[in-house]
Order: sequence, then structure tokens, then C-alpha cells
Amino acid sequence: MVSVSITVNGKVHRAEIEDRTLLVYFLRDTLRLTGTHIGCDTSQCGACVVLLNGRAVKSCTMFAAQADGAEIVTIEGLGKADALHPVQEAFREHHGLQCGFCTPGMIMTAVDMIRRKPQLDRTTIREELEGNLCRCTGYQNIVSAIEAAAKQMAEPGA
Amino acid sequence: MIPYPFTYHRAKSLADAQAMLAREPDAKLLAGGHTLIPAMKLRLANPAALIDISGLAELSFVRESGEQIAIGAATTHFDVMTSDIVRARIPALADLVEEIGDPAVRYMGTIGGSIANNDPAADYPAAVLGLGGTVQTTQGAIAADDFFTGMFSTALEEGEIITEIRFPIPRRAAYAKFANPASRYAMVAVFIAEFGKNIRVAVTGAAPCVFRAQEMETALAKDFRPQALAAISISPDGLNSDIHGSAEYRAHLVPVMARRAVAAALARRP
Repeated sequence: MVSVSITVNGKVHRAEIEDRTLLVYFLRDTLRLTGTHIGCDTSQCGACVVLLNGRAVKSCTMFAAQADGAEIVTIEGLGKADALHPVQEAFREHHGLQCGFCTPGMIMTAVDMIRRKPQLDRTTIREELEGNLCRCTGYQNIVSAIEAAAKQMAEPGA
Repeated sequence: MIPYPFTYHRAKSLADAQAMLAREPDAKLLAGGHTLIPAMKLRLANPAALIDISGLAELSFVRESGEQIAIGAATTHFDVMTSDIVRARIPALADLVEEIGDPAVRYMGTIGGSIANNDPAADYPAAVLGLGGTVQTTQGAIAADDFFTGMFSTALEEGEIITEIRFPIPRRAAYAKFANPASRYAMVAVFIAEFGKNIRVAVTGAAPCVFRAQEMETALAKDFRPQALAAISISPDGLNSDIHGSAEYRAHLVPVMARRAVAAALARRP
């Protein structure tokens, strides 16, 4: 067993967990934050993406012990149902989801992408989405949502 | 998927990691973990313990000294790709790193982990061999020509830890990759570096291990243009053959990607 202290969505969580606990299981099973999804489980699909110290990473491909002392943001920490994050709002507005399974990972990836590259064109968005798979949308509306969110977030006062 | 049980240790320093590895010979080093953890989840790897060396500041850096760039073994792909030093001095290396995995993988994966694993289709071995780099370890310095010894195998001894990789700065260089459309791993990729009359050509993805194409090097030393490779063909003997492509297909791709790499290198100002 290993002791970890991980800040998730602004709140410090201390826990004794098995060494082999993957971060995604810590989030879903220990903290019951089930917005972070497990899709492929082979580091390809990106449904499990969370922000680790601000960087969008795959929580199925790291152990919770590696995140000891780190700050994690999951989809639950991004916005509230009555006050969505601009990226969440843009996905809603542009119909950037159908079944919704990939959406939490898409949104966390988009947040990191927009932080690094505020000027995003559609080609760049598609390249940056290489690690996030969607089986429904054909990506068109996901790309439109991210493009719109980036524009909106770049506006003064946004 | 849940790996077999193991004990997790976080190393506080390189010396600490060395001491732990000496105490627990069945332990494995954990850097980015983006090859090791998937293998553990599939239960193809079953280390008794992991010694986490990610985040060790002494192994994470990019430094320029004289005509070389030194990159710490635990430096992530993202940090290499966005390094001003790498972009200014060996832009072909930054280009190559941008081709590895996806953005989330590049935040975690490390240069030391990639070359220690020596996957036949990995990108980094092509740069290390193509630039004639030096792998510095806790035991000594290993030339790239001696480091990559076969499929998933290297000259590293038990308990030996890579600390940095040093790259000589070429006049110009380029990397041309034909990526598998699904996995994005190299079907065939070629790294070409020009150091005046000394040319190095490294090929990854085509064979069980990265290799140098010496006939191409000789031809390009005489005439550093794509046309210089027109008469050169690569034998399919010993090349990889799988559902993605036959050995003949890969043999055909090697000169194609080499010509593209030369053209891309020429498009850069030396």
C-alpha cells in the first residue's frame, strides 16, 4: 500500500491505496468521480484524459502514486451544470457530441490545447486531437466547437 | 485492466535510484511509463517493483555546449519538442519528436525511455543513430553505433541507467516518416544528417532494429541531392513483414523516404 495526497478539483484527497492503482481507478472508484471514462484502456482513445498540473494526460496510463503531490482537474472540476466552462458550452452549442462517451476527454484535451495555442485553425485542432477518438461524430462538430471556444476565450474579458 | 501487484518507489535522486536498483534487481525504472504501463496492464510485464525517476530535475534538461546538445534522459517529448535550443540548433530533432504518439503521450514519454526500449518502429532511435549521438549512462559513454543491438535490445547492462544523450549539431538534417495510418508508428522512417562531407542515414521501422544505410551515406557524401540515391535499392532480406506491409514494400519505402529526407534537409538553410 502507498499513501497519496492528491489535489483533485481543488480539494486535497489523502488515501491509502494499492501501489498498482491506476489514476483513472483512483478517480472513478475511490473518489467516485465517474466523469473520467475508460474507453480503450490501451492509451489510444483519450476518454480518460485529465489535467495533471495543467497538462492533459491519459489517466489510464499512470499510477495514482505518480500523481502524489500533484493537482488534477477532471471534467467535474471544469464547470457546473448552470455555469459551464466555455469549452463545455461550445460543445453544447455546436453539437460536438452524440453518445458523449469521448466528450470528457475531448474537452480536457481542448482546454489544454487552447491554453498552449490560443490561435487555432482547423488543421491544428485535428492534429492536436490525434490522441482522442470519437466513434459517433466524424469529428466535424468537435473541431467546430473547439474552434469556437478558442475564439471566445481569446476575446478580451473572456 | 489491472497490472500484477508491485511495489512503487519514487527516487529522490539518481543516486537514490541506483541504490534502489542495486537492492531490488527485479525492479524496473519508471520514466514516462507509456510503454511499460500498457505492457504491465496487459500483464506482459511483471516487475516486482517500480522505481520512478520521472521528474528528477537532474535528468530533465536541454543544454547546449560547444557543438553539441545534451538532453537529460527523463526529459519529456514535449519539453524536447518545445525547447528553443533544439528548435534553433537541430530543428529536424524537434520535427521528429512531434511525430511521436499524440500530445498526451508526449507530455509523459521520455527520450531515455524510448531509446532504452528500442522498439523497432520507434522514432527516437533514428535520431540518435542518424546524428551519431552518444548515450551517457551511470557506467560510461556509449556511441549510438554500439548502443542499438537488436529488436528491443541495447548495450545497457543490468542496473545501468541512461543519464543523458548528446547530439552533435549537423549543418542540416531532416526526418521523413511514413506512418502507419492507424498506429502512427513508423512503417519506415529515415533520418538524414549532413556534417559537411560526413553523412549519416538511419532507418527505423523497416527492420527489427534501427540501422544505417551505408551505401546511401557514401552516395550522398559525393552528391547531397535526392537524385544521388536514384540507383540505390535496399534488399528486403531481413526486413519486417507483417499485416501492415511486406518486406518488399518496406524495402521500396526506404529510398523513397530517404529522398524525401534529403529534399527536406536541402530546403533548410545550412
